[in-house]
Amino acid sequence: MTVRVQTADFDAGAEILGLRRGDPKIGAIASFIGLVRDVNDGESVKGMILEHYPGMTEKALEEIVSEARSRWEILDALVIHRVGPLLPTDQIVLVVVSSAHRGEAFAACEFIMDYLKTRAPFWKKEDTAQGSRWVDARASDDRSAGRWEQEAEVPAIRPSR
Amino acid sequence: MLKVLYFARLRESLGTSSEELELSPALRDVAGLMERLRSRGSPWSDELAPGRTVRVSVNLEMAEAATPLRDGDEVALFPPVTGG
Repeated sequence: MTVRVQTADFDAGAEILGLRRGDPKIGAIASFIGLVRDVNDGESVKGMILEHYPGMTEKALEEIVSEARSRWEILDALVIHRVGPLLPTDQIVLVVVSSAHRGEAFAACEFIMDYLKTRAPFWKKEDTAQGSRWVDARASDDRSAGRWEQEAEVPAIRPSR
Repeated sequence: MLKVLYFARLRESLGTSSEELELSPALRDVAGLMERLRSRGSPWSDELAPGRTVRVSVNLEMAEAATPLRDGDEVALFPPVTGG
């Protein structure tokens, strides 16, 4: 289980290879990459700065991964989240999960992203044509994270919503 | 002493990223800290008004109003998170 917060870009292919290399128990890998878009809430975005809380951010990510591990039969997991200045099309976050079967990998990967969005201390400040603005938290992200509370009793099933 | 950190929008609107405060009978939990900071007036009273959503952590764990504060604790105040 690895968690990294860094300014540098990442190579998803190399990271996935590093995670799966030489482990014949792995039958499935699910991965997610979040990217910077050039538009948000109706305004064009020229770039953004991602701030974090050194120490707490890494700890929060480790706790989220450990929670995923307690809910699903996963073999390994990796989270890389970038901070600092980013431009549209840049990669922001990578989540990779390995497991014996796809159900666990898909579910754990989505769970880690949903919890990361609402529990890991990162803040985005966007640079728009109207000046810079701090991004507001979304209620839809709280709902996405909240659905895992109800589904805690049926861990291997992927949510249908 | 208590170390208090401010992040993101709060750091900018309050104009500081960290400070140290002395614990006192009135300042021994998160609620007491918020009261103390609000008593400074604007912008503190606006940014930390009871209706505003401010997250608080103590020693890197999310905290609540009743979370006790002890000498040497690191407290952080920040807006709801927006990573990913």
